[in-house]
Amino acid sequence: MKDQPLASHAFEPHQLTPALVWSGFKQLTPLSMFVVVFGVAFGLAAAQEGLNDSTSLLMSALVFAGASQFAALELWGGQVPLFTLMITVFAINARHLLMGATLYPWLCHLPPRKRYAVMLVASDANWAMAMQAFSHRQPGLGILLGGGLALWSFWILGTWLGIYFGSAISDPKALGVDMVMGCFLLSMVVGGEKNLRMFFIWSIAGLASLVAYWFLPENSHVIAGALAGGIAGTVWGKQNDEH
Amino acid sequence: MSIETSGLGALIIVLAMALVTLATRWGGIYVMSFVPISYRVKQFIQAMSGSVLVAIIVPMAVNGDSGARLALLATAVTMLLLKKPLPAITAGIAVAALVRQL
Repeated sequence: MKDQPLASHAFEPHQLTPALVWSGFKQLTPLSMFVVVFGVAFGLAAAQEGLNDSTSLLMSALVFAGASQFAALELWGGQVPLFTLMITVFAINARHLLMGATLYPWLCHLPPRKRYAVMLVASDANWAMAMQAFSHRQPGLGILLGGGLALWSFWILGTWLGIYFGSAISDPKALGVDMVMGCFLLSMVVGGEKNLRMFFIWSIAGLASLVAYWFLPENSHVIAGALAGGIAGTVWGKQNDEH
Repeated sequence: MSIETSGLGALIIVLAMALVTLATRWGGIYVMSFVPISYRVKQFIQAMSGSVLVAIIVPMAVNGDSGARLALLATAVTMLLLKKPLPAITAGIAVAALVRQL
């Protein structure tokens, strides 16, 4: 990666102003169209699974984590095994723990109450965009909060549309809707720093993730891969990151 | 322990899911507030952030149908060419939809 010398300190990467939040909201709005589609798929699947309209909407508003909500539908029935569900939700969403950890070097500049408030809307897309901004030494917390609010609103909107109009779509998978998240995350990986060291880290992460996927308990692969990649990053250390 | 999904039960289930998810959103920064951010910790975190993504995608590609695999390929190629996420995602979804129509 080219190390751009920082021209001025006008923008501190950890800055968080209303203007930056609004700009983050706008920045994530185009992407949120895909979130609407994903939300429609969820609203539709939830309605087909027999969830109340208000239950589906409340779930999208309070949980705001698509993959785990779909997993909850898998367990849904007349009765739901609560602990199994909670463990499943934890395993799928445990990646938030890692996201929080990776954001901490910037979040630690905020007072604790703000720190935790911003994390309420942390999810894959705004986290990835914020990290990308940080890697270019640009302010990212506005993207995290503003973008998170955009994703959250459009996720609820999509869920609502799915509940009421989703039946127009017979098979969301045939339209490629299930690939929204995967394609987005991949575009973040490809758009990020690319060099031999990163390639080494990604290989270790991918390999560990696959091994965990095949041999370890369900949903452990993200954590396993991420931790292995992190360790790989300390083994092949980067020289002189800060100049 | 199983919970009826009728009436209040559904609400309890949603609240439980919300609490667990909140714990994951807050847990990472909570734990980090006790960890001094040394150079090594920084390197670990930086390497981990890309690895989270890779760890989600790789099993998706390996275990997915040809629609999923070609979608990811289309996204990667478009991203390399245009360097913009939105066209890259659109290309991926379009390819998945096309392949699955065949």
